[in-house]
Amino acid sequence: MLIIDRAIHDAIIDHARRDHPDEACGVVAGPAGSDRPERHVPMLNAAMSPTFYEFDSGDLLRLYREMDDNDEDPVVVYHSHTATEAYPSRTDVDLASEPGAHYVLVSTRDGAHESGPVDFRSYRIVDGEVSEEEVRVVDGYADVPSSPHESSPHESSTDQRATS
Amino acid sequence: MAIEVRIPTILRTYTGGERAVESSGDTVAELVESLESAHPGIKERMVEDGAVRRFVNVYVNDEDIRFTGGLETELSDGDTVVILPAVAGGSAVRGAARRPA
Repeated sequence: MLIIDRAIHDAIIDHARRDHPDEACGVVAGPAGSDRPERHVPMLNAAMSPTFYEFDSGDLLRLYREMDDNDEDPVVVYHSHTATEAYPSRTDVDLASEPGAHYVLVSTRDGAHESGPVDFRSYRIVDGEVSEEEVRVVDGYADVPSSPHESSPHESSTDQRATS
Repeated sequence: MAIEVRIPTILRTYTGGERAVESSGDTVAELVESLESAHPGIKERMVEDGAVRRFVNVYVNDEDIRFTGGLETELSDGDTVVILPAVAGGSAVRGAARRPA
């Protein structure tokens, strides 16, 4: 299951809408081992394409160095599909190289880039195998167990979509 | 001559989980051979048809070797080599997404 802060969830959707019809991409880093996506890093799609995304190689190196320095993992790796469903393509599966990450796909097809709901789905992609997982959007991580870190900037802790 | 090589998560199965290993070589091509001797299987994940794989990035002291001579890029004692798989994908089938460099 992916547990993600609402502000970050919404920022990913905003990014996808902004870059439509090109695919948008980025990561959400979090403290190593925490499985908690905390730091949203929108990336430039160097391919600038409606059907392909790729981080610029220099940006990629800087990002990984930064995560190393901060002792972070790429907890979420996300991108958008702008004319197809929010499901990993063959290309996505072939190129997935972070077995520990939640691969988030959002779809801005059918006018979703302008209004209406945007599909936001999450997957594990390990050794070519795709498994979809539940997404739980929370208002801050304060009440979410299982991490030693206490760094949520969000105060509101009610109105969580699901519990237990 | 010692070169530090940073290994990405996906290739750590070849290095017994190590995030960085020490290796040697006067060029990246030689370094890849040294890595292969110590960590069999790793070369095939990095190199294809005599060049670095399209979706693998290799940096020598922060320079992507695509811009410095590819596998023939020269190395010196104390250099740092970073290997990172591309973060890429998309709705296109991969053949169609390829473009000339």
